[in-house]
Amino acid sequence: MSSEIEIEDLNAWFGEKHVLKDVSMEMEKNRITAIIGPSGCGKTTLIRCINRMHETVPEARVEGRILLNELDVYQEDPVSIRSRIGMVFQRPNPFPTMSVSENAVAGLKLRGTRDRSVLAEKAKEVLMAVGLWDEVRNELNKPGTSLSGGQQQRLCIARALAVEPEVILMDEPCSALDPVSTMRIEDLIYRLRENYTIIIVTHNMQQAARISDRTAFLYMGELIEYGPTKRLFEKPENELTERYISGRFG
Amino acid sequence: MNLRTRKMKGNAMIILVALAFVIIMIPLMSMLYMIAIRGIGAISLEFLTSLPTPPGEPGGGVGNAIQGSLMLVATASAISIPISIMAAVYISEYRGKLSSAIELITDVLSGTPSIVAGVFIYVLIIPRTGFSALAGSLALSVLMIPTVTIASYESLKAVPNHIREAAIALGVPKWKTSLFVVLRSAMIGIGTGVILGIARISGETAPLLFTALGNMYWNEGLLQPTSALPLLIYNYATSPYRSWQAQAWGAAFILLVIVLLLNIGVRIVARKR
Repeated sequence: MSSEIEIEDLNAWFGEKHVLKDVSMEMEKNRITAIIGPSGCGKTTLIRCINRMHETVPEARVEGRILLNELDVYQEDPVSIRSRIGMVFQRPNPFPTMSVSENAVAGLKLRGTRDRSVLAEKAKEVLMAVGLWDEVRNELNKPGTSLSGGQQQRLCIARALAVEPEVILMDEPCSALDPVSTMRIEDLIYRLRENYTIIIVTHNMQQAARISDRTAFLYMGELIEYGPTKRLFEKPENELTERYISGRFG
Repeated sequence: MNLRTRKMKGNAMIILVALAFVIIMIPLMSMLYMIAIRGIGAISLEFLTSLPTPPGEPGGGVGNAIQGSLMLVATASAISIPISIMAAVYISEYRGKLSSAIELITDVLSGTPSIVAGVFIYVLIIPRTGFSALAGSLALSVLMIPTVTIASYESLKAVPNHIREAAIALGVPKWKTSLFVVLRSAMIGIGTGVILGIARISGETAPLLFTALGNMYWNEGLLQPTSALPLLIYNYATSPYRSWQAQAWGAAFILLVIVLLLNIGVRIVARKR
């Protein structure tokens, strides 16, 4: 099942620093929404507010509403929200103490699933879903960190999928990877949209153009423009957007 | 600067470094040598397993001191390790108002002279219960807790934050993240700290003087006074009897071997990193 996200008047701070200003937008079900903008514009903070990771940083503060299928994320238990809204980070971060298969189902196991056959089956299912099964089926007991960077990132996506989220947030998931691994992950993301709502932060505009359905341009904490990707890149309405996508700043 | 003078400088530095190494090794090696030479002669199965004899009588051993040391160290570890690890998790993972206070107290405690730990337990506990192995273990715990807490805290701090975030973002509760992800990632460092803590307390004499007291017989329980290797070495080495002095060397050798083995254990654990 996939869900939609609705953001209303979102403001976020780090201490005194106001990093997101009155952001309101909707992310559609089974679509890929890309968030672009120059470094420090608040892209990462925006998605970290959606799964309530922002508030785990000391001094960080949020105001406004975020709805997951009309359920107010900030009225719910953050732990359960995070299991419904998965996240993939910039750098692949498999758990170094766990094997490939343990990593794949780490979330399930840590959330209380004990049954080994359930875990083994789920591990296979999600490793297949990210196209890693054939590559690692003989290395399931090796440490997750022994895989290549691209494989580690797909393992992290598998780990997020295993918890059966409705939405997947991706924070520049390819920025630490080589072009071939990047392509594979992009293909994977594109396939995942059939079952999930995907929100991806990227500083790579070509990537946003290649895979996303809608693109949001953020600048200095403000949502400058948001629309269908093709339209935004071909006919940007805002001058700032136009200057950014034509590479004149950022 | 041409290549020749650079090479000469390089060689001069290598010689200096080698010299420093030799200077450091001299005291260590001479101590090991002296204790081994004088102590190894005393070692026999009887020495390791039997009770001391009165001065003048031949034979006898330090079996009860080995037993006492093992018991003291095991009890002190059982008290200290859980407290230390929990305190470290609290300071590192739950940075609350108390955590900086605990950090400060731990730092101060780690500098406590060991005799002070002994006197502290003496005043606090001995008037009520009398001398006992338990009191000795408590005095050792006062020394062990800061060591293990600091080592555990440093290992927890060294766990990269992205590991915590990965678990939290999967919808894993904070306490499970701390216990099953962060603590597990820090286990090697914590294990190293624990072994170093054990090595430290197994050689301590001062805290045991007014707590465990010493005992010429087998120890029959935690509430009885007990012998221990450092106590026995202290008593025997300062006694006027030749046979006891010889046995003190033997006991010193055993203690040294134990501490050395623990330190080698640390190396092996740490290498797995």
